[in-house]
Amino acid sequence: MEKVLTRNFGLENSHRLETYLKNKGYQAARKALTKMTGPQVIDEIKKSNLRGLGGAGFPTGMKWGFIPQANPKPKYLVVNGDEGEPGTFKDKYIFEKDPHALLEGIIITCYAIASHKAYVYVRGEYVKSMQTLQAAIDEANSSGYLGKGIMGTTFDLDVVVHPGAGAYICGEETALLESLEGKKGFPRLKPPFPAVVGLFGCPTVINNVETLSCVGPIIANGGEWFAKLGSPKNGGNRLFCVSGHVNKPGVYELPNGITLRAIIYEHAGGIPNGRKLKAVIPGGISAPVLTADEIDVKMDFDSLKAIGSMAGSGGIIVMDDTTDMVWAAMVAARFFAHESCGQCSPCREGSGWVYNNLKKLYQGGARPHDLANLPGIIGNIGGNTICAFGDAVTMSVGSYVSKFREEFENKIKERVCRI
Amino acid sequence: MPNLTIDGQKIEVPAGTTIIQAAEKLGIEIPRYCYHPALPVAGNCRICMVEVEKQPKLQIACYTPVAAGMVVKTTSPKVLEARKNVLEFLLVNHPLDCPVCDQAGECKLQDYYMEHGQYDSRLASVKVKKEKKAFSIGPTVMLDQERCILCTRCVRFTDTITKTSEFGVFDRGDHSQLDVYPGKELDNKYSGNVVDICPVGALTDKDFRFKCRVWYLDHTKSVCPGCSMGCNIDIDWDKSRPHTEKKERVMRLKPRHNPDVNNYWICDSGRYNYHFIDENRILSPQYLDKIVEWGEAMERVAETIQSTKAERIGVLASAQLTNEDLFVIRKLFKDTLKAHVDFRVPEKPGDSDDFLIKADKNPNTAGAASILGAQADAQTIVQKAKQGELDLLYVFGHDLVKLFGKETVAQIAKKTKLFVFQGSNINDTCGYAHLNLPSSVYAEKDGTFTNCQQRVQRIRPAFFPLGESKGDWEIVSFVAGQLGAPLSYKGPQDVFDDIVKTVAGFAGMSYEKIGDQGMILKK
Repeated sequence: MEKVLTRNFGLENSHRLETYLKNKGYQAARKALTKMTGPQVIDEIKKSNLRGLGGAGFPTGMKWGFIPQANPKPKYLVVNGDEGEPGTFKDKYIFEKDPHALLEGIIITCYAIASHKAYVYVRGEYVKSMQTLQAAIDEANSSGYLGKGIMGTTFDLDVVVHPGAGAYICGEETALLESLEGKKGFPRLKPPFPAVVGLFGCPTVINNVETLSCVGPIIANGGEWFAKLGSPKNGGNRLFCVSGHVNKPGVYELPNGITLRAIIYEHAGGIPNGRKLKAVIPGGISAPVLTADEIDVKMDFDSLKAIGSMAGSGGIIVMDDTTDMVWAAMVAARFFAHESCGQCSPCREGSGWVYNNLKKLYQGGARPHDLANLPGIIGNIGGNTICAFGDAVTMSVGSYVSKFREEFENKIKERVCRI
Repeated sequence: MPNLTIDGQKIEVPAGTTIIQAAEKLGIEIPRYCYHPALPVAGNCRICMVEVEKQPKLQIACYTPVAAGMVVKTTSPKVLEARKNVLEFLLVNHPLDCPVCDQAGECKLQDYYMEHGQYDSRLASVKVKKEKKAFSIGPTVMLDQERCILCTRCVRFTDTITKTSEFGVFDRGDHSQLDVYPGKELDNKYSGNVVDICPVGALTDKDFRFKCRVWYLDHTKSVCPGCSMGCNIDIDWDKSRPHTEKKERVMRLKPRHNPDVNNYWICDSGRYNYHFIDENRILSPQYLDKIVEWGEAMERVAETIQSTKAERIGVLASAQLTNEDLFVIRKLFKDTLKAHVDFRVPEKPGDSDDFLIKADKNPNTAGAASILGAQADAQTIVQKAKQGELDLLYVFGHDLVKLFGKETVAQIAKKTKLFVFQGSNINDTCGYAHLNLPSSVYAEKDGTFTNCQQRVQRIRPAFFPLGESKGDWEIVSFVAGQLGAPLSYKGPQDVFDDIVKTVAGFAGMSYEKIGDQGMILKK
């Protein structure tokens, strides 16, 4: 299988400009800047079926096409490297192993949307990532790959690294913009969408780190080449982050459309100690959980959506038969209760309420009505909030209760104290 | 102009109108907490969600613009269910301390629960406790974090209207709490408004809290007499239980919406400027140090007038009086007696800003100018009185001691035959005046003020005049009657109709036409 995103990961000093240049580095950017127009770049990306790999899966070329070129305001590219979704750790690898691939993607994207400033918003805990990225930016600046007149052309681009401060919600694109503007990370009401009114009120494209790292190879090899790597409408490969009860946890670059079974058993080495698989979260903690008999699903945005889950950020969390699903639901709910920004009422009050309810169930103090009310309370959050966080609470936590109902009922029957 | 249908009713509204605004035009009130027409939209409470045909999810009416052909349902089962659910969330961590909450009776949580909630509690765990219960956040307002539903109306008010940004929402999730920023106090000239816009009992007014349950209040539409802006207000007074220590009748003043004048706001000095209504009042006519009957008092004025000449009579009217009062003063003293009449005393300008607070602290300067004109001059009248050139000086409300000094006023008292002070509250001048006549305050008056925009606005009597006090126009009419030149007005409305006939700027007006929003004087 052809490696795209991880092609340089194994090289010595893969994060250095020197190494990157030796391996066809910045040739795609040169091609775009010297031989293509912005709209041609966007067309190529549209052909590639590249989709937003931060989790939403929105077609990238289409997103860029929304930038109104007639708007006299400056345009911005914001790179979402906040990577806060539990179970996800792929952007970190890109930052640290191949930052120039990201920078090349940034250059091409900015050229396509006529932007001269890009902000990379990096998760605050990723100190090493920020250092590696900053070093790469410095190298690129001093070698003419960034700054004024890139590679002898008239195109200027400035890239700024901005650390996040630890809030999960700042990975939500509009909350990220608020945070970047120096405000509290509250998601914005939409419309207007960032493509029209984004950072500092200007047209803005927000893309995930992994998404942008695909841009260089697409320009180098053509959109059709990239589209063929994946499944229909889901171009290219993805970085799947496998964690939990597997023999070989880690980041795997595999084509979109590979089955979940293949990832777990062929690539991640299966379940340790001969235990049995019980459940898998296929796309970060916000994705509804899958049972062991659902793992023949193809891992792409459309196939996972069809079975009621989502591809999300590609964070695969594997749970074997020793896992208490009430506990797992409680942990997920605790995360959401802790990270709800508190802006709109259903999510603010609901996420905490759901967590308290699940805690009570897990700890053994629950009565039948606690379980009977739970799905209703969970269901009232999603669909009624400003951003998709509320939907995530409803879909993910709700899936544990509906798919493993028996375990929840047993908790009430057992009446074991776990405080 | 998109056409749309809301609850089966068709309406055409300008593009950019939101569903909540369009519905309001049809008289449909969609519940709201965070939405306030004068503040930027926050869209966080989610109670205003409505069903829009062809949209899979419910939409928030406060933010969703109308579109041609849109079909909106505000009372469908799905909408009612969503409202109930939002209320349930808002009340999960609410202390439900209504019996000891001052907002009870005008609380939107209570109102909407009765209208749209009515569910049995599903909460079987403990509530989140906020840091502080009821604490002072500035000179005028108390904050109760537990009752706050984080609608951020107050945050947006201080961010966008006063631009003082005292408030913030701190922490995250269900531990979010409203507070003032560290080291800051809510201390601006419009701080009281945050209490009005708070839909729940989180922000309460120190001046009002625990003084009266709101269901005992009666509301009278009036105009703030604090400056020439003429902000529209409601006088909230206790109709049946004058049980406060000071026996005050007015419990509080609230701004009344007038988009052309004060919108939804009033300043703090106007808001808390009502204690004079029941404090330090002149309660009966007094000649020298003796309480007298109205008849005797009027007789003394009439006698003095009859025994002197027009040029020996001086009248200091006031821009605190209503147009009706001023017109009757004009009729008697200016038109009939041809005496010296003016209202412009040398007052120092007060504080002002570029929003509502005006330097001219009189509510009716424009009205006085249009009715009395500007022939005589207050300074000259006072000088004449001081030099013994007047037999009668008739002063309406002004504190001459403050304006001209003790010496001058003592001289006036010595040199004039009769020195009349007619006013509502006791001031230093009363001690020098020979005759003190009690007049009613604005809250006891029917009439009109003309504000700095030349807008003629109605004030209405909330209650009867205190003690033996009477309306200024009534007292002056009484004098006219004693002089044998009766002014046969039945009431302020009658006076106003005469103003309309006599003073050009008022042409075409009537109390009905002035209504609640006022009318601009014609040039």
